Amino acid sequence: MSFIVYVPSDSGAVSLGANRIAAQLATEASQRNIDLTIIRNGSRGMYWLEPMVEVATPTGRVAYGPVKTNDVSSLFEANFLEAGDHSLALGVTEDIPYLKKQQRLTFARVGITNPISLEDYLAHEGYQGLKNAMTMTQADIVAAVTDSGLRGRGGAAFPTGIKWNTVLNTPAEQKYIICNADEGDSGTFSDRMIMENDPFVLIEGMTIAGLAVGATQGYIYLRVEYPHAHRALNTAIQLANEHHYLGDDILGSGQRFQLEVRLGAGAYVCGEETSLMESLEGKRGLVRFKPPLPAISGLFGKPTVVNNVISLASVPIILAKGGEFYRDYGMGRSRGTLPLQLAGNLKHTGLVEVAFGLSLRELLYDFGGGSATGKPIKAVQVGGPLGAFLPEAQFDTPLDYEAFAALWAVLGHGGVVAFDDTTNMATMAKYSMEFCAIESCGKCTPCRIGSTRGHELIDAIMQGQELDKNIPLLRSLCDTLLNGSLCALGGMTPYPVLSALNHFPEDFGVKS
Amino acid sequence: MTQPSTLQTTVQDVISALKDKPGALLPILHGIQDALGYVPSDSVPSIAQALNLSRAEVHGVISFYHYFRSTPTGQHLVQVCRAESCQAMGSETLEQHIKTSLGIDYHETSADGKFTLEPVYCLGNCACSPAITIDNDVYGRVTSAEFTNLIDELEKSL
Repeated sequence: MSFIVYVPSDSGAVSLGANRIAAQLATEASQRNIDLTIIRNGSRGMYWLEPMVEVATPTGRVAYGPVKTNDVSSLFEANFLEAGDHSLALGVTEDIPYLKKQQRLTFARVGITNPISLEDYLAHEGYQGLKNAMTMTQADIVAAVTDSGLRGRGGAAFPTGIKWNTVLNTPAEQKYIICNADEGDSGTFSDRMIMENDPFVLIEGMTIAGLAVGATQGYIYLRVEYPHAHRALNTAIQLANEHHYLGDDILGSGQRFQLEVRLGAGAYVCGEETSLMESLEGKRGLVRFKPPLPAISGLFGKPTVVNNVISLASVPIILAKGGEFYRDYGMGRSRGTLPLQLAGNLKHTGLVEVAFGLSLRELLYDFGGGSATGKPIKAVQVGGPLGAFLPEAQFDTPLDYEAFAALWAVLGHGGVVAFDDTTNMATMAKYSMEFCAIESCGKCTPCRIGSTRGHELIDAIMQGQELDKNIPLLRSLCDTLLNGSLCALGGMTPYPVLSALNHFPEDFGVKS
Repeated sequence: MTQPSTLQTTVQDVISALKDKPGALLPILHGIQDALGYVPSDSVPSIAQALNLSRAEVHGVISFYHYFRSTPTGQHLVQVCRAESCQAMGSETLEQHIKTSLGIDYHETSADGKFTLEPVYCLGNCACSPAITIDNDVYGRVTSAEFTNLIDELEKSL
């Protein structure tokens, strides 16, 4: 009798020992003369259960986790290959409430398929979107994306269809599609998960974008900190080329789209689209002035679509099922689903893709299970290092771009980092300024100098020096950064700093 | 240690293979660092000449990006994530432990040449904080004790 088990190849699972588990399973199986096939799938995104091993059974996959190497023998003894009971048994994977309560559209295949198998991708509705797109006019493809209500998932939430339309209507002999895969925001990992665990969906999305706007060259600008994603993407691109899903003659249509991965080099600011293009052109990642918009004059001065990984990876399902299908999820002007990332001090960290509209509290407690340390959650930072800190009083806010903007906060790329009550928020504010100083490109003065002065100032405040003078000075400095910076790095560093000061003045030595 | 002549050959090979790509400078710098572990300052004139840039421009790019280095690392490179999610899970304690046990601060290499320590701002492993990398391997939910075990294993192989 032969059996199939799944062990994730996702770098998060690997960081917790998944490769050792896979090796151990293979060794034990051969010692026991069991015919065992190990498939390296993606992660389901329930990282507190990783490494999570799944077994294919007639009633669906059943899961065991978190598995340590010394659990492997006992799993075999408990007959886990036939869904035997064990202290790590989690039951049918799809019935685990964390997964069952989600609405996975962009992440539909993640954790289920072998990421680098084109066959598996095609067997799970892959390339349906591209096939539909090839029967449509360029304007209709763009209209489908516009109708879906998809907004840029990188953080700025600009309507994707409108951006595409500008590029479509700007005549040029060469246009480009850039995927911004410089996921530098701490607390975010959804881009990484897509690229490692379903790279074909990103390739398909970029190909559709290329057809839609008339671009024949695409670049994925990938951060160098993601070597696993680099390998997965390159393998998938090669397979897509071999099978004519990329290249000079896509599916026999005579249409061209070439795709190449380019690595960044550890500069956070290169996640800003104009800095990213400078970097792709082989220069220092200095932010450009806007206008001109990249859609009109972008990479090498040509019309360029710059979209985040999740935006592009959401395009195939929109083209496969229609703009209305996607738009029916969500609330207000936030349509579709958002892959949220639960990180930091939470019991159940991981990937939660749900329609917009869930409250932050439901996310933190129903999904996240509260803090990992068991202490009260003091604050959460949503939207990366440039996102505001939200206190407990704001946890009932719905996850919606406009609702967050009304609180002077951002939903951004959907990263949620929780902190327990041992955290000093002045320390966090000081770190925000320090981070801005380390990562500033140096082009504009408010960011370059303001961040260092801000770091020094919060240091002085934390030592209790001249609070009457220094607190207003910090606010004034933040005002300069906010209004005088060239890009979001300097322009948004005041979000974490001022939200920490406003909601937790006592941590700055100010009596509330 | 690579001899100067083979070092120059490697640099030239990388440049010849990549110089005609659009925006070739970063791919070339990556190619050199992948092959040699760093970008020797001796390679700057050759790169500048091949791409029709000034040496200052090439140096400017190398120094702008945190990842490119002009000197080799120790035998093992340890990177510790300093970002918020890891801080929320106690990375500062781990950071102190690592600095103490290796006897070096960030951007330093131990006197015996075994370890180089660098900070990193997010490895995308935020659901498994705190995270570090040692050479090409990423580790999640790292405790001080686990770090010591990992280093002991490496020391044995050195």
